[in-house]
Amino acid sequence: MTVAIRTEGLSKQYLIHHEGGARHDTLRDALSSWARNLGARGRQEASSEEAFWALKDVNLEIREGERVGIIGRNGAGKSTLLKLLSRVTEPSAGRIRVRGRVASLLEAGTGFHPELTGRENIHLNGAVLGMSRAELARKLDEIVAFSEIEKFLDTPVKRYSSGMYVRLAFAVAAHLEPEILVVDEVLAVGDLRFQQKCLGKMEDAGREGRTILLVSHSLRAIYSLCTRAVLIADGRVKSDGAVQPVVAEYLEQGAGDVRERAWPELASAPGNEQFRLKRARVIPEHGAASDEITVKTALRIEFEFWVGMDEMLYSMGLHLRANTGEYAFVSASTRTVVKRGWHRGVCHIPADLLNNRTYTVEMYFTRDGRNVLARLGDLLVFTVTEGERAPGDILGDYPGTVRPRLQWELLPVTAEAEKVGAAHA
Amino acid sequence: MIAETLIEAGRPERHYWREVWRYRDLLFFLSWRDIVVRYRQTAIGVAWALLKPLLTVVIFTAVFGWVAKLPSEGEAPYALMVLAGLLPWLFFASVVNEAGASLVNNERIVTKTYFPRILVPGSAIAVCLVDFALSGLVLLGAFALYGVAPGARVLALPAFVLLAALAAAGPALLIAALNVRYRDVRFVVPFVLQLGLYLSPIGFSSSLIPERWRLLYSVNPMAGVIDGFRWSLLPGTSELYLPGVWLSLGISLALLWAGLAYFRATERRIADVI
Repeated sequence: MTVAIRTEGLSKQYLIHHEGGARHDTLRDALSSWARNLGARGRQEASSEEAFWALKDVNLEIREGERVGIIGRNGAGKSTLLKLLSRVTEPSAGRIRVRGRVASLLEAGTGFHPELTGRENIHLNGAVLGMSRAELARKLDEIVAFSEIEKFLDTPVKRYSSGMYVRLAFAVAAHLEPEILVVDEVLAVGDLRFQQKCLGKMEDAGREGRTILLVSHSLRAIYSLCTRAVLIADGRVKSDGAVQPVVAEYLEQGAGDVRERAWPELASAPGNEQFRLKRARVIPEHGAASDEITVKTALRIEFEFWVGMDEMLYSMGLHLRANTGEYAFVSASTRTVVKRGWHRGVCHIPADLLNNRTYTVEMYFTRDGRNVLARLGDLLVFTVTEGERAPGDILGDYPGTVRPRLQWELLPVTAEAEKVGAAHA
Repeated sequence: MIAETLIEAGRPERHYWREVWRYRDLLFFLSWRDIVVRYRQTAIGVAWALLKPLLTVVIFTAVFGWVAKLPSEGEAPYALMVLAGLLPWLFFASVVNEAGASLVNNERIVTKTYFPRILVPGSAIAVCLVDFALSGLVLLGAFALYGVAPGARVLALPAFVLLAALAAAGPALLIAALNVRYRDVRFVVPFVLQLGLYLSPIGFSSSLIPERWRLLYSVNPMAGVIDGFRWSLLPGTSELYLPGVWLSLGISLALLWAGLAYFRATERRIADVI
């Protein structure tokens, strides 16, 4: 198959300026430093700059129609790679060969102007993303329909809710028809149904033979969309191949662990007017929060949330997914009536249930057992280590997403049973 | 046939102007955005474009015309002479200001998408042209007020408008690129423009400059532009000082070349330093 993108020795260097050093942030400094150097020619000023390679010697070959998920911890160089591919900035060394038109979505709604209406912003954003006027005019109706905000089309976007804003932004982006689509984490926002609609649209794009590069922390998005994953660590390609093993490697670094998350601002916390999640964490049942979690550690998953209704029949469900992509189990709480105010929910996971894997906590918070108040696909991530094995345990790896310690029985043989045995013989 | 692009370190864009042409619609939309946003509150937007030249003319006329009793040019009233010089100057100043600040103002787009960056100052210049055209209303009003009408020379006016844009584009590009890197540039620019307002022949006619200093005076490219504006607009103006116009053109082109060269040299790293 034809190669869509090929990078050879691709590197990007940034200069980190140290405090007190000669950073020519003002023209005045630059000029006076230049004048000084003119006076003392050849004498180099001691450099206070430190080179930092955000990306180093990256060699990738992406074929047409591939959907590649790029993963790695923060600061690993994922976004730098996308910026280079989308030509926002130039490489410091190496080269990129790109076959076809690239459209990049590094942000939802780039170029949106708050004073302009939805319709006007469709045009502006489309043009920023590289669409021509004719193309925009042709696709306007389709974009509007996809965005589901027909009613607010002539309202300035400053009056939009964040959900509407994102939907409009993605609707424009989803209608780009580049050969290569580069997407950075834009799916992290927006509601679940719309996220899935976007994923679906991108999948369609993939089937049309379009090449997609996606950076995401949402492993769910990577699993459901990508045919290949690239793990980047410290600016280099650490591993590259099928999604499952690469994601597993990423998670096993423990780098992906997110044992606690909190939303300081209630208004932007996950949920709606009836429910807001403030905090979630996974901690050992006994001992310190940061202790290592082994297969013998009992765990508690805690949630703090706000109930904004006078009374609500509330329940929550835990979907625990192993790094192999399969679910280990699903467990739901009983339905309980809760009153307006702050609440804490705890799910206890006993010791000797989980295997030595990395698990992702997916949570559903529901009202009346069916209305989803909030759904968080990758709420928490934690790694369970092997710990010390008891003497006599098997030495190899335990297959399976769980490793429960079950009740076993061993009974002495009675005389009656002996007769049955004899009859069989 | 699908186009292949090669991106390489330190390698200038091979088809730069072709890219600019491909993104021409973005130039339109960026300009359109700024115009729509500005004139949405119609009263303030339009009024500002008219009030600024109007007030400046009144002050100049009061101070230099009545108090200092500076002579006018040809048969035109003093206020009309000031206006004919002031409008191109205000255009020049707004291009240098607006286009100069444009990259910084559009930081979000610049750090998140690719397109030839020159479209950003380019669109700012286009917006200034629209404002400039609008400010022409003041001139029409003044002509009506004084009962004066320009002669056939007015046909040459577009050439001088072009020259004014040319003279402003170079400094604007240079400042746009410098602004990204050096944060004190935006404090220097208004000061230099303030000096220019008095150095350029706005409150007086450049025919007052002694003949032997005239060419040196025309090193300021706006001197030639303003002379040209007065020559094409005001009846009874003496012959155009041609060496000044040619020098103005030459210097404008040189500035444009320098501005473009610096802009293009820094363009691809703008997203890193902005």
